[in-house]
Amino acid sequence: MAAPRVALLITAEPFDAAAETAALQTSGSDVGAVATFVGLCRSEGGILSGLELEHYPGMAEEEISRVIADALARWPLDGVTVIHRHGLMRPGDGIVFVGTASSHRAAAFSACEFLMDYLKTRAPFWKKEHRLDGSTGGWVAAKAEDDAAASRWKSGE
Amino acid sequence: MIISAPVFAMWLNSMTEITLVYFAWVRERVGKSEERVSVPDTVTTIEELAAWLKTRDEAYDHAFENPAIVRAAIDRKHVRPNASISGAGEIAFFPPMTGG
Repeated sequence: MAAPRVALLITAEPFDAAAETAALQTSGSDVGAVATFVGLCRSEGGILSGLELEHYPGMAEEEISRVIADALARWPLDGVTVIHRHGLMRPGDGIVFVGTASSHRAAAFSACEFLMDYLKTRAPFWKKEHRLDGSTGGWVAAKAEDDAAASRWKSGE
Repeated sequence: MIISAPVFAMWLNSMTEITLVYFAWVRERVGKSEERVSVPDTVTTIEELAAWLKTRDEAYDHAFENPAIVRAAIDRKHVRPNASISGAGEIAFFPPMTGG
């Protein structure tokens, strides 16, 4: 298998999920499966005007690179794309894109979920709520279920 | 003048300059995103550094009021509270991450 195509982007700009998916489809000579995940900004039932994402420049790239390397060591992948945005998001905006390409669906599905679980708990990003009434909400609290989702990969696939 | 033993020990030891960076509510509570600090050489681990920072003033005391939930990275790698800070260039303190 040729070296996998790896794309990692930390950016304030919006991404084009369809174009990223198309690029993954041609990331190898015999791609049979592409799995993608897009995480969006929610309004939390019409309460929020948006989310502000703060990140640790430098560490964000390095930490996500380490997570991608882990995924490549676990599954036979032809391509991996991770895009994580920072700055102010409005409800409906894409915050994160994770895509994986492989010969078969099992590796693509599993690697995509693994990447997302580890991004949640290891990538240095923090969300702050902005409310429609103009006030600044609090910082979003980390969820115990995110830690649980990441830890399940430690005992095998 | 009576000098307490810990203060005298700090006199004897040299200090090390470290860059500290803060994110999210740790940054807001400390009131700055980055600073250079002279840390006494008696402070050798992340948890000792957090405890030492906590004594600096009310802002740090607030930021580190529950040190168990504040995470740390040394030179942009996650570390545990008992990690040695020896040779560290940049130490970051931040809340549990909420990206994705």
